[in-house]
Amino acid sequence: MADCSFGITGKDFVLLASDQSAGRSIIKMKSDENKIRTLSPGLALAFGGEPGEFTSLGKRRLMGGTSNELAKRGGESDMIKRDTNNFVDYVERNLRLYQIRNNTELLPAPASAFIRKELANSIRSRSPYAVNLLLGGYDKVHSEAHLYSIDLYGTKAILPYAAQGLGIYVALSTMDKYWYPDITRDEAVELLKKCVAEVKLRLAYQFTFNAIVIDKEGVKNLPL
Amino acid sequence: MEALVQRLAPPPAHVDPDEYDLGADGEGNLNALGVVRGMQVPRVPDPAAFLSTYTNSMSQNPQAKIKLEHGTTTLAFRFRGGIIVSVDSRATAGSYIASGTVKKVIEINKYLLGTMAGGAADCQYWETYLGMRCRMHELRNKERISVAAASKLLANIVYEYKGQGLSMGTMICGWDKTGPAIFYVDSEGTRLKGDVFAVGSGATFAYGVLDQGYSWDLSDEDAQELGRRAIVAAGHRDAYSGNTNNLFHVREDGWEFLGNKDISELWYKYEQEKRDARVAAAAQPGSGEGAQGENPARPTTEVQSVPMEE
Repeated sequence: MADCSFGITGKDFVLLASDQSAGRSIIKMKSDENKIRTLSPGLALAFGGEPGEFTSLGKRRLMGGTSNELAKRGGESDMIKRDTNNFVDYVERNLRLYQIRNNTELLPAPASAFIRKELANSIRSRSPYAVNLLLGGYDKVHSEAHLYSIDLYGTKAILPYAAQGLGIYVALSTMDKYWYPDITRDEAVELLKKCVAEVKLRLAYQFTFNAIVIDKEGVKNLPL
Repeated sequence: MEALVQRLAPPPAHVDPDEYDLGADGEGNLNALGVVRGMQVPRVPDPAAFLSTYTNSMSQNPQAKIKLEHGTTTLAFRFRGGIIVSVDSRATAGSYIASGTVKKVIEINKYLLGTMAGGAADCQYWETYLGMRCRMHELRNKERISVAAASKLLANIVYEYKGQGLSMGTMICGWDKTGPAIFYVDSEGTRLKGDVFAVGSGATFAYGVLDQGYSWDLSDEDAQELGRRAIVAAGHRDAYSGNTNNLFHVREDGWEFLGNKDISELWYKYEQEKRDARVAAAAQPGSGEGAQGENPARPTTEVQSVPMEE
């Protein structure tokens, strides 16, 4: 499925935006799917699957489940969305488990390392996850906002602004031009709107977007 | 055995010798349709298939020995003050930068410019030839050719060769009786009239800057700057574009060349300007942060809290 997501950092906030389409091949089955997951009060994830890969995935890895169990659940013919959702569920619950065990949230940097390692292990397994992520987080200890781009191969990049999916082609240059260090929140929102407008103008595919803002007060919805 | 004989037998001649004897219409070595008469093609049953085994012109054979130039960024847009044409100057052959000083704007005549993307030879040859045809039109009709007509001449020519391996994506830009006009013409035979075009591998990046800064009422200076900035953006993000930028402005009295500038130097200049702008904004606390100056602490953006769990 064609994906498109954006992340923009400022001094004390991160914006994440993702398209809301879900479907198979050229068919859009849903245009209000939420592809941004809040992982903890200061951490959220925008995720997209690698288009075209789901057909080659015969067996899918599910945490704690064998492929036989998977087949019984009818997962074999399911689409990649399940795959990305599975992974994000797994990440979310493990971060929650860490919080319960240690009575402290994992900060964005170690959380990103955990996610990266999971994907690096996954790509070396028999049924890897095909998932690309933009991880945004507010580090309350250092009072800093962070954005990580993590791909299905386990590449992690710390970036001030990022685009994933089809947005790379048309909106990355827009971000190059208008982003600056410590950009104000209003201008970052304006920039995000520019990117969304550009995607709607130049890509043949019709996207709808939802967005969030992460800051020291937590994760909030951002009406575009 | 028969297959072997067939393979060794001389291939049937593709070009009919009688074709050379077109007497009546046409001029010079051109037939009535403006196609070069008796153009040499490989003497094999299917010249196009033959060619595609040696070149990547149809993107069918990535192992082909001859890799034609493909990577480029060119753009042109129409606005109140005329037309801005801006291009990069990099020529690539695969991953090799074959040249960094290519002229990708072809001056067809004083009022017409053509841009070059795709095969360099194809663009150069056919746009030069288009210049000849435009001059002939002027002499015959005592009137300059319209941009629409000129672009249609080119579109008709390349359509004749459709499927035979031509590779070009060009914008014919000029000023005629109707004012400024841009036509996009490519080797597939597509011909489109429009206000904003970007062509080449870096086109998407150029669009990203161009669209967001474009308005019909741009001043001449701002329009020229936007044309430069869009090519710089593409040169920065697209590996197959870069080196230098050539900028042209087409007005009622013909085109004007506005100079050749190094894209990397421009990129770092723009980055420096961005930093300087922030420093200047910080120095003036009252009017700082641009348009959103009066709201430094809390954003005006409406935010609603969203439950963490579903």
